[in-house]
Amino acid sequence: MQPQSALSRVGRLHTRTAWMILVALAVLALIVVPVLNLVVPPDHPLYMPGWMVTLAGRFLCLALVALALDLIWGYTGILSLGHGVFFAMGGYVMGAHLTRVAHDDGRLPNFLQWLDYTEWPWYWAGFDSFLFTLVMIALVPGVLAFIFGFLAFRSRVRGVYFAIITQALTFGGMHLFFRTETGFGGDTGLTNFDTLLGFELGTPGSRMSLFWASAATLIIAYLLCRWIVTSKLGRVMTAIRDAETRLRFTGYDPLRYKLFVWVVSAVLCGVAGALYVPQTGVINPSEMAPPASIEMAIWVALGGRGTLVGAIAGAGIVNVVKTWATSAYPDLWLYILGAMFIGVTLFLPKGVVGIVSMLRRRREGES
Amino acid sequence: MNALSKSLDEFREVMRRDQVFDIVNRPPKDDTVDMSHGVALYLEGISKSFDGFKALDDLTLYIGDGELRCIIGPNGAGKTTLMDVITGKTRPDEGSAWFGSRIDLLRLKEHEVAQRGIGRKFQKPTVYENHTVFENLELAMHADRGILTSITWRLSGEQQDRIDEVLELIGLTDRRDMLAGLLSHGQKQWLEIGSLLMQNPRLLLVDEPVAGMSGQETEATAELLTSLAGKHSVVVVEHDMDFVRSIARQVTVLHQGSVLAEGTMDQVQNNPQVRQVYLGEED
Repeated sequence: MQPQSALSRVGRLHTRTAWMILVALAVLALIVVPVLNLVVPPDHPLYMPGWMVTLAGRFLCLALVALALDLIWGYTGILSLGHGVFFAMGGYVMGAHLTRVAHDDGRLPNFLQWLDYTEWPWYWAGFDSFLFTLVMIALVPGVLAFIFGFLAFRSRVRGVYFAIITQALTFGGMHLFFRTETGFGGDTGLTNFDTLLGFELGTPGSRMSLFWASAATLIIAYLLCRWIVTSKLGRVMTAIRDAETRLRFTGYDPLRYKLFVWVVSAVLCGVAGALYVPQTGVINPSEMAPPASIEMAIWVALGGRGTLVGAIAGAGIVNVVKTWATSAYPDLWLYILGAMFIGVTLFLPKGVVGIVSMLRRRREGES
Repeated sequence: MNALSKSLDEFREVMRRDQVFDIVNRPPKDDTVDMSHGVALYLEGISKSFDGFKALDDLTLYIGDGELRCIIGPNGAGKTTLMDVITGKTRPDEGSAWFGSRIDLLRLKEHEVAQRGIGRKFQKPTVYENHTVFENLELAMHADRGILTSITWRLSGEQQDRIDEVLELIGLTDRRDMLAGLLSHGQKQWLEIGSLLMQNPRLLLVDEPVAGMSGQETEATAELLTSLAGKHSVVVVEHDMDFVRSIARQVTVLHQGSVLAEGTMDQVQNNPQVRQVYLGEED
């Protein structure tokens, strides 16, 4: 008997059927969507308009955020209500690159001119290079998470106290970027992007490429997370969640493990933000507003904690409903969100994906 | 001027071409446990107070290599604080604690103490409830605790055999793939003891192992602990006097944070001081 076979929950969730569904979804994203958008003529009923592609691409980025949050919350038991700050950091790095590219004639953006700058300030240096930007997308949220996480985990801040200081972190970040003097556009943030890697944004081709990149990144990130949670590291993570003291007295240093997962989660979030910004056309401090980060936690809770697929599903469901509700019943959206959250908490403690395992158990019980 | 020339001299000394720095030739750090003197644990003059309450008061205690020692004492005698000091959870205000003659326990953190070979069982059984029995033992297995090793970790055949061996010993072979949360109270106690054994400890600290166990389970636990002594040093903290009598060769009585009496069960029981404070007898 292989010990790996009897292992973690996610392993059990992934029967052959589940894998086939996942592959089918990947094919849908990577092949069917491009065909429907680019090959099918616009007057055909199956045609997928460009705005819908971009919308779907943005949802994939948000699903990546949920995935990152599930890694640290669902598996390691550390609730973060401040992941918006990492998302925004990735977004701002990408935004800085797009702004530099849009101003390659040497003319500074207005918000810097108003601060009496005549050339790019030092913290804008390097963002004209795409390669540098790619490095910073991982590095900025990663280093921020490392410093914050090290201080918090070393002092053994846990549970709700940790959640509260993550709220403070993102709130502080929001206020820092709200200030015009910070030099990142104040409350309007960074916008008016025109090209990325020489391609004009907003054309069908670049819309599709960004969607495609988001889908591919999500798939890779999912496989990475799955690899982590099914390894012994994943078992250590759940052990931290369930009995941290026991683990410590077994010779593991929880600090290192928590910090590792925390930084991985933050970097994934930053990558999501970087992919999100060119598809939205703007990054501003409201991404760091505390409610935005709380909503991320709701995606994970709604989809099902500690399952990875649940997080992705939760982000998808909430955002589809949000898109519909905020245009159809804008005043009611928050009530709908609240009702969904309460409903899931009361009736589906294991989230939406919990239904799947419940049905399977019922079927096994009958046969 | 003087300071300048002094630092210049220092600079020259540092830059001397034949200079060899200590960091190059540092002797290898010796982390192995040295019990060649026959003593596993040296606790000397340990005091610890919490907000003026003296939990430990100039406590001195030695545990021999391979010894099975029972520690008894009324509530608040400092038994749990003693365990906390040994395992790095609490730092004493005064005193020294050495594991073997080479490892200074007061300089180590909890996980480092555990890595050096001190295993601790808590009063309330703690197992990873969402892991199977097998996984519980696997996580406890003595191995590299690095993050990257844990991602690429695969059990070798030898390690699987070791887990099966411990499963057999703690009588949970047929519960191998069951979630630990579904075990009975007694079985959890045993699983925790099994997890300790997976760490290959030299010293086992066992806090109230038979609390909540049936008579039969208690008997089996007594047998298990006795069989462990010799290969490991075992310290048992227990309230159940019958249990203590069934396993103990040496008993230490704690009272108000220091050692009141030490000896065989009979000696201790006949000690008038012990009778007075512990057994509550008036003379």
